[in-house]
Amino acid sequence: MAKLNMVQAINLALREEMQRDKDVVILGEDVGRDGGVFRVTEGLLDIFGQERVIDTPLAESGIVGVSIGMAARGLKPIAEVQFMGFIYPALDQISSHAARLRSRSRGRYTCPLVVRTPYGAGIKAPEHHSESTEALFCHMPGIKVALPSTPYTAKGLLISAIRDPDPVIFLESARLYRLIKEEVPEGEYTIPLGKARMAREGKDVTVISWGAMLHRCLQATEGMSADVIDLMTLNPFDEEMIYSSVKKTGRVVIVHEAAKTCGLGAEISASIAEEAMLYLKGPVTRVTAYDAVLPLPKLEDYYMPTVERIKRGIEEALKY
Amino acid sequence: MPEKIIESCSVTRLDILNEKGEADLSLMPALTDDQLRELYEIFILARTFDHRALNLQREGRIGTYAPILGQEASQIGTAYALDKTDWIFPSFRENGVLVARGYPLHMILQYWGGDERGIKVPDHLNIFTISIPVGTHVLHAVGSAMAAKYRDEKTVSMVYFGDGGTSEGDFHEGMNFAGTFRLPVVFVCQNNQWAISVPRERQTASRTLAQKAWAYGFEGIQVDGNDILAVYKAAKAAVEKARRGEGPTLIECFTYRMADHTTADDASRYRTKEQVAAWEARDPLLRFRLFLEMKGIWTEAFQKEVDEKAKQKVDEAEKTAESAVHAEPSDMLAYTYASLTPRQTKQMRDF
Ligand SMILES: Cc1ncc(C[n+]2csc(CCOP(=O)(O)OP(=O)(O)O)c2C)c(N)n1
Ligand SMILES: [Mg+2]
Repeated sequence: MAKLNMVQAINLALREEMQRDKDVVILGEDVGRDGGVFRVTEGLLDIFGQERVIDTPLAESGIVGVSIGMAARGLKPIAEVQFMGFIYPALDQISSHAARLRSRSRGRYTCPLVVRTPYGAGIKAPEHHSESTEALFCHMPGIKVALPSTPYTAKGLLISAIRDPDPVIFLESARLYRLIKEEVPEGEYTIPLGKARMAREGKDVTVISWGAMLHRCLQATEGMSADVIDLMTLNPFDEEMIYSSVKKTGRVVIVHEAAKTCGLGAEISASIAEEAMLYLKGPVTRVTAYDAVLPLPKLEDYYMPTVERIKRGIEEALKY
Repeated sequence: MPEKIIESCSVTRLDILNEKGEADLSLMPALTDDQLRELYEIFILARTFDHRALNLQREGRIGTYAPILGQEASQIGTAYALDKTDWIFPSFRENGVLVARGYPLHMILQYWGGDERGIKVPDHLNIFTISIPVGTHVLHAVGSAMAAKYRDEKTVSMVYFGDGGTSEGDFHEGMNFAGTFRLPVVFVCQNNQWAISVPRERQTASRTLAQKAWAYGFEGIQVDGNDILAVYKAAKAAVEKARRGEGPTLIECFTYRMADHTTADDASRYRTKEQVAAWEARDPLLRFRLFLEMKGIWTEAFQKEVDEKAKQKVDEAEKTAESAVHAEPSDMLAYTYASLTPRQTKQMRDF
């Protein structure tokens, strides 16, 4: 079995799904000859041709809006937005149409669309290249949000996203793209949307995270007895795994690299308060980025949670 | 080196019928007498329906409604140029299009009465859902055309929007994609001179809206939008061109919104009676009737017959819409995703 990084794993998922299903097409900026600015679609143009790997004009609303039209007509478009910081022109299309088409038409039209985009800080990029605004999309009923943390899960999750009959925002950590290699099998396997993964098992504290931060959580909990939950699907998230872990440990730390206020941590924390409050030994702790505009790279290490800050958060939780 | 002109743009305007119903026979589209009769019937049905919907709104029996009075020729003439297998992407002021395509009238009333079941488009109609956010659905039509091209099916996608819609970014992006990929799509802009209270001059400094197509590398044409023959002829040509794989067309239907923007609007706040009166003389129905009369197709008896038929259909639609059982509250959850999320399953218990 080959050891692949996340770029290669996603590329493999795309290739296999395109081979399996002629309705799967890719649209985006530079996705063709260039293979995408991160090379995620590398080689696909040569295999599938420019009818299926489509370099579009530079227009995010256009890419997503056109993909919605294609999806409603039964294709399974995968739209690539070059960086999450540039997805905002397409927010209207995602929220006003992709999310609502099935409901508005009471099922006559659906939107089996995937919007892939790299997110997150830590790649020393210019302004707008480091966004992590996943919570925006979690607040859109009709949209699903998936966000893998490893090459293996990236492949399985993406395949599920492509086959899902509803629109999925698929967020890929730019920092993780080439950071980790692991064994990723060829051929079909899926990781279901809506299910989390226990990345480490313990008994004293539940640490909940996703994407790039998951790895910092694993570092921070080394030598501890902690449940570390890799959420993987952010909406709908795996409530069951969270509550059963919380009921076991009684302590919760939620870690995300997005700003704190109204981040997904707020929703998770409120859900725990509703469903597992009586099992808690102390307050839920959130370790997040600051409520600040995402700084340029010189300050980004101060902005996002570090292993140190996560450790301190866990120590807080363990005081109870 | 001297400067030289390397590109220049010209805009065609098409008129066939004048206000007296006299046609320029050299420009007549190929329509049989039966087709002309059918067009007239659709016209009367659309106008009867529109009138009734306004009344129902006044009586509080449906919600806010966007009337089409004055724009029927633009809507029916374009829709009539399509095959059943072609695709339509309407905005909120396209009831004439829906009527022309045989959309169940009671469902239109249901929709404007605030019931999504009205826009659960019947499977046999290739009509997309009504799009309320101005201009956004232009992209869906382009995507549909892209899907058609990818699958090598010979269908055309036709999208409807207003003069205000041409100011939206999605209009630009859609036109740009369509030109770049030479897609089988027809853009129908009903320039009714107003976007709520904002006049057409405030949308763009372009002399015409049709000329915008030129910047995207394809043809735009302006037609007299109150002349159903001119509209049909331009639309038919655009549809055939698209079907031949020769790319998109923008049709600017130069018309006028005779009624308020919606039932929630009062147009007397921003436009004069004189302006509206001037357009009354250009009524698209009047000239079409005069034309048919001169051809010997229209008679008083024919009028009576189509009036009665229309009234009957609208009566029935009203009855059917109003006797529909109330929508299930749980429907709002049931159609969010293909299947309920665990959290939705719990929320379902409220119903
Ligand atoms: C994106 C968006 N902005 C604002 C509105 C509110 N609105 C509804 S119709 C309208 C004017 C539309 O004018 P036009 O495109 O000319 O179409 P018409 O109403 O004349 O048919 C406005 C501003 C809307 N529906 N969508
Ligand atoms: Mg208008």
